[in-house]
Amino acid sequence: MTDLLDRPPGGLPYPGGDGDDLELMLMIRAFEYKLLDLFAAGMLNGTTHTCLGQEHVPVALSPLMDPRDHVFSNHRGHGHYLARYRDPHGLLAEIMGREGAVCGGVGGSQHIHRDRYMSTGVQGESLPVAAGVALHLSRAEPGAAAWAYIGDGTFGEGAVYEALNIAALWRLPVVVVVENNGIAQSTPTSAHLAGTIAGRAAAFGVPHLAIGSTDPAEIRDIVAGPLGHVRAGRGPLVLEFRTHRLGPHSKGDDTRDEQALREARAGDWYHRYAAADPAGLARVESEQRAYVAAVADEVAARPPSTGRAACG
Amino acid sequence: MRVADNLNAALHDLLDRDPRAYLLGEDITDQYGGAFKISRGLSERFPGRVLSTPISEGALTGMAAGLALAGDTAIAEIMFGDFVTLAFDQLVNFAAKSVTMYGKRLPLRMVVRCPSGGGRGYGPTHSQSPQKHLLGVPGLAIYEVSPFHDNHAVFGAMLDRGEPCVLFEDKVLYTRPMYPAAEPFRLTPPETPDGFARVALPGGDPDCVIIATGGTAHKALAAMRALLLEDEITAALLVPSRLYPFDFPAAIGAANTVFVVEESTAGGTWGAEVAHVLHGRMWDRLARPVQLVHSADSIIPTAAHLEERVLVSESSIHRAIRKALRG
Ligand SMILES: Cc1ncc(C[n+]2csc(CCOP(=O)(O)OP(=O)(O)O)c2C)c(N)n1
Ligand SMILES: [Mg+2]
Repeated sequence: MTDLLDRPPGGLPYPGGDGDDLELMLMIRAFEYKLLDLFAAGMLNGTTHTCLGQEHVPVALSPLMDPRDHVFSNHRGHGHYLARYRDPHGLLAEIMGREGAVCGGVGGSQHIHRDRYMSTGVQGESLPVAAGVALHLSRAEPGAAAWAYIGDGTFGEGAVYEALNIAALWRLPVVVVVENNGIAQSTPTSAHLAGTIAGRAAAFGVPHLAIGSTDPAEIRDIVAGPLGHVRAGRGPLVLEFRTHRLGPHSKGDDTRDEQALREARAGDWYHRYAAADPAGLARVESEQRAYVAAVADEVAARPPSTGRAACG
Repeated sequence: MRVADNLNAALHDLLDRDPRAYLLGEDITDQYGGAFKISRGLSERFPGRVLSTPISEGALTGMAAGLALAGDTAIAEIMFGDFVTLAFDQLVNFAAKSVTMYGKRLPLRMVVRCPSGGGRGYGPTHSQSPQKHLLGVPGLAIYEVSPFHDNHAVFGAMLDRGEPCVLFEDKVLYTRPMYPAAEPFRLTPPETPDGFARVALPGGDPDCVIIATGGTAHKALAAMRALLLEDEITAALLVPSRLYPFDFPAAIGAANTVFVVEESTAGGTWGAEVAHVLHGRMWDRLARPVQLVHSADSIIPTAAHLEERVLVSESSIHRAIRKALRG
């Protein structure tokens, strides 16, 4: 954690209350919009994948995660990280290559490691690793679990099946969180997935929950019971969230037609809050936008990260 | 003691001394004890830490990496080294990368064992020496079992690196003795567990130096005897334990003629990497470029007479050296 210790003072503390899901969802959303702005302004290097439309998934799940749990994230992982650590400074510094970067600017958007959180940009690769970590946990820290976030498209990878098979066989505490947003880069699920994800889980005898709710409290109610079984040593669990990708795959590469985009927008969790309390939503949203804007200004002004890893 | 027994004893010792050590692989538990019996007796002695997996090289390698990530010591066995290709992503993109790509060093105690090599008639997909496919990956060290290196010490050296290591084990060595008699040559054991073993005539500078992998060392040694008796050519043999990163061998002395022997088939070989390192360090004093001796540019056939024509052998080493030095 050397780079974290080096973070210059003055990083604005995250203003949201610990238990406030909406604030956190809007902070993540503001963060992602800010990234797209920074890209458009030529201030970011490389690429990034925003989780716009999917913010509620990690916000719902993070409070269910024990500090001893390991979390494996993927290319679309900003929300996963922010929901666990509420650290937009470290993440943005990582993405911008500034001092205080979580991984010295070496890993970037897709490669983050902090304590028991790790993301990597190769689809499906983390599932066997999560199974290995779960094997360790089952012996050394019973009750703890390894979580792995994957997308629907990642079911094209053999590693997913090898890992599910062993995890089920050895009753390892693995929670596979599938963010099924109906698309993989440019390929709709109907063109990349024969059968269903539920059917795949069933083939391994692994419990599967299909979750359409975008309400974090409701999601936690649904997940708590089956999660208890995982922690009790009864084997893995697949949580399949029906979500919508609001933005492009990475930046400016959306090939979906107007109809598909309309459908995605219609599924946005945002509308539910807007209908319930438009004024309250607007207030929290503008607070979070202002907060993230200040974070971005502060981080952009920092010197470059040292990236002092053993990478030459 | 046979090399297989030394390896088996090293694994027993490792699991005994390190309560956090695991061994994962296909068919490795007793009574079977692994396709080559290297894990014999381990699962009975260490139940729960020696685990037979499904036929999933990618997953078992990834799980080993997961154990290492959680602070355990993980040894994985790929039944035939040829199948390490199925673990390539886990090794190259996950385990090796993780050591540095998160901006600070993340030590991983992890070894992937790969029985490799031909000479047993197993055919094109069960006889390869895939070392070369794993060279040059930052954070990944490549080792090869040798009859001159005690595997207890080699495992210690690999795990102490804190980065994933792949250990190639030439299948032909399993039944051969550790520390084979070297007469009329004399063995100088390696100074460090993964340093170079040296086999040479006592005193005087040899006509040439042969750097050979552990799996080909006995062939090189036999060729050295024939060169001495038939051609009056003296050679010194250097055998590394760690193939990559390759350290310049101080024991090369004043040599000006060097051969590198390995079983890999031609093209993009380990020897080419060694030659590159040596050329950079000793170009001025070399009488000729470092010469590579390896198997032919071919798949490895099954029938004994065909396989023999492809694989590097005592006679192909002998021929190459005699031709270079005597024309
Ligand atoms: C092994 C591998 N193949 C291809 C890619 C390139 N790639 C990055 S994201 C992506 C689509 C992933 O789709 P999905 O799993 O549905 O996740 P989503 O992007 O929808 O969140 C692809 C093909 C990759 N990163 N890794
Ligand atoms: Mg998708």
